[in-house]
Amino acid sequence: MILLARLCDLFLSFARIGLAAFGGGYAMIPLMRAEFIIARQWLTLEEFLDIIAIAEMTPGPVAINSATYIGYKVAGIPGAAAATLGVIAPSVVLILIIAGLFQHFRTSPLVRAVISGIRPAVIGLIFSAVLVLGRPVLVDFRAFSISFAAFLLLITGKLRPLPVIGLAALLGLLLY
Amino acid sequence: MRRTGPPPGKIFLAFLKIGAFTFGGGYAMLPLIRETVVEREKWVSDEGFLDILSLTQSVPGALAVNTAVFIGRQLAGIPGALAATAGAVLPSFLVILAVAAVFTRFAQHPLLIKVFMGIRPAVVGLIAYAVFLLGRKVIRNAFTVVVAGAAFILVYYAGLNPFLVIIAAAGAGLFYSFFPGTAGKGGEDP
Repeated sequence: MILLARLCDLFLSFARIGLAAFGGGYAMIPLMRAEFIIARQWLTLEEFLDIIAIAEMTPGPVAINSATYIGYKVAGIPGAAAATLGVIAPSVVLILIIAGLFQHFRTSPLVRAVISGIRPAVIGLIFSAVLVLGRPVLVDFRAFSISFAAFLLLITGKLRPLPVIGLAALLGLLLY
Repeated sequence: MRRTGPPPGKIFLAFLKIGAFTFGGGYAMLPLIRETVVEREKWVSDEGFLDILSLTQSVPGALAVNTAVFIGRQLAGIPGALAATAGAVLPSFLVILAVAAVFTRFAQHPLLIKVFMGIRPAVVGLIAYAVFLLGRKVIRNAFTVVVAGAAFILVYYAGLNPFLVIIAAAGAGLFYSFFPGTAGKGGEDP
């Protein structure tokens, strides 16, 4: 019974996140933090960062990867299934409804107006997640340098995210 | 609208391959989705694919999943949509289950602890990079700057729930669009 309640919880939490995540996987980061670190305290900040790293290092959408991982951590394999179904359910339902009204939806002034407000807000939300997640992690010069180097390598297009994480793993072994 | 498209099994396999071989999330999957459905299978035209992207980016959720659902539905109705979604998601699901089972077992191993001491700050840099990428596309006038700044302050300093901020931002977008000549000027794709 407790497991069933927890599975419902997971499904609904992730459905809510899927429904509010305008802008794809990264838009889910501030939402997942609010839901799982602050409200429910299922994860610590460090665990959350590790999950994002693992989600980046494995194939597939980061949103699905992190949902599966968090679900597994909270309630095993059934939890992984509940979380994954939860995060894709809004996509499937919304797209199936909208697909028939494709042209209508795309040019609707109402939809454009709503999206035009949400998009910039998501930037602000993800930026706040950077600071919140960075605070407990960037505690010494080594960590700060790794973070800054990762940002620079990505922004200048020198390396893709996957090799950046690989390099950081190596630096972790050498420096800590 | 509905024509005789490919069987759902074929759609499933096509998206399974895409899901299994793309690292780095939804945006990294788009080129492979395009190559598969536009160039190899010729299920969708080049312009059609761009139209689909503009729609799937306006709908919440993982971009790759949204695109899979839409293309699957266009090809073979609801069975096609479910086949494409299952294909895109299944590799992630299975790989993560395997990784999670191993990782939760060895998380306390001293070497893994060191590795993740290095990885965590890099992930912070990676998310900052996502802010930069998305911001470059979206932040383009006073309205978008104000909304982004307000969202940041409300969540970071006032501790407001981000779900509420998104709803408020939708309201701000609606309100802003009532002023003549401004419709769609906030954060809209060119």
